[in-house]
Amino acid sequence: MITQPAFDTTRPLARDDLARLAAADIPPGSYVNLGIGLPTRVGDFLKPDSGVILHTENGMLGMGPQAYDDDIDPDLINAGKVPVTETPGAAYFHAADSFAMMRGGHLDVCVLGAFQVSFAGDLANWHTGAADAIPAVGGAMDLAIGAKNVFVLMTLFDKDGSPKLVPKCSYPLTAVACVSRAYTDYGVFLITDHGVAVRDTYGIDRDDLAERLGITFQKA
Amino acid sequence: MATVVSDADQAVSGIQDGSTVLIGGFGPAGQPIELIEALIRGGVTDLTVVSNNAGNGRVGLAALLANGQVRKIICSFPRQADSYVFDELYRAGKVELELVPQGNLAERMRAAGAGIGAFYSPTGLGTPLAEGKERRTIDGRDYVLEYPIKGDVALIKAFRADTSGNLVYRKTARNFGPVIATAAETTVVQVSEIVEPGRLDPEVVITPGIFVDRIVKIAGVSTLAAIGAAG
Repeated sequence: MITQPAFDTTRPLARDDLARLAAADIPPGSYVNLGIGLPTRVGDFLKPDSGVILHTENGMLGMGPQAYDDDIDPDLINAGKVPVTETPGAAYFHAADSFAMMRGGHLDVCVLGAFQVSFAGDLANWHTGAADAIPAVGGAMDLAIGAKNVFVLMTLFDKDGSPKLVPKCSYPLTAVACVSRAYTDYGVFLITDHGVAVRDTYGIDRDDLAERLGITFQKA
Repeated sequence: MATVVSDADQAVSGIQDGSTVLIGGFGPAGQPIELIEALIRGGVTDLTVVSNNAGNGRVGLAALLANGQVRKIICSFPRQADSYVFDELYRAGKVELELVPQGNLAERMRAAGAGIGAFYSPTGLGTPLAEGKERRTIDGRDYVLEYPIKGDVALIKAFRADTSGNLVYRKTARNFGPVIATAAETTVVQVSEIVEPGRLDPEVVITPGIFVDRIVKIAGVSTLAAIGAAG
């Protein structure tokens, strides 16, 4: 049983708290891929004795923390092209093997950012669909369909106040019905075939949250 | 049979206008910058380039794009902090983009190299990148039909070769190299070191020499050190 870190539930969570919460929910010994940006922070909150092995899609298992100064090696980078280190027991492999690990269902957890998540677990995180935007997908679609559990870290509301947990995504999809959990500043959501349950809320009560999202929560 | 050639210009000689060129690298790591520079000097045009990214800064693949030699790029992640050369060309309609999810990109080249006619992938299902593609339900799961990507030429960077063309790579600079090496008519490799047969442990060879046609040693620090690993 994993003990949850204690957080003040009277106010919304800070960005790092989302990463800390997700890190605490990753079972010891898991193979995990962390997306670019905030998801990368999850690695900083994994306990050293957790035995979690980090995968990076550019061809490595056993990725260590970011490299600095003399430890920087241009041949050793993560998916965000940031210099990283290797841990004892690390392994390198080519791109087809790396994506076989994802598509083949060998990764236990991936943690991704999102523009939108639907009540059915559809994920939109690669393209805003704006006419002048240059689309870039990278490994997001392969990760989303391949990992056994897909965790999303995101703010629950856009800058204009509209929810990002929605009945149907308006942005182009990354994958269908793939998200199992969404960690947001106002609550942690569990998504199953039966619908959305809210595990914890922060700075808002359950009824107000349901109303703002226009949703009826399932029992957690 | 692999041949050791004396310089990068010789390594890329004979590449025709309109060729499909598979280029290794994930960002700057593993990008065969000196081979691309030779391609720029050679002036070949109307290329279709297949690579994970669309160039960093103003060197390597970005310089090839800036020089107007690329008609179309097939890649997974063109937009990066320092991909301004591609961004500008794309917005001006001067380069065509086919966006492919990274795993499908790798597998399509793997399929080409392995003699596979096509394959069903779950990646991209229900997204705009699978629109118009054949779907099939296999054992209760839905898939999308994907075709191989075959190159006329592959340009890759490895760490060390023997004169038989066996290759080893270095850390995450391996990335697409071993896949791309299998998928083209002619595979050209730049390495930091070439050794005699017998000097590479056969147990650790990553790309067997059967996939390699031309090897060139590029002495000194690669220009990728100059761009750094950022972006």
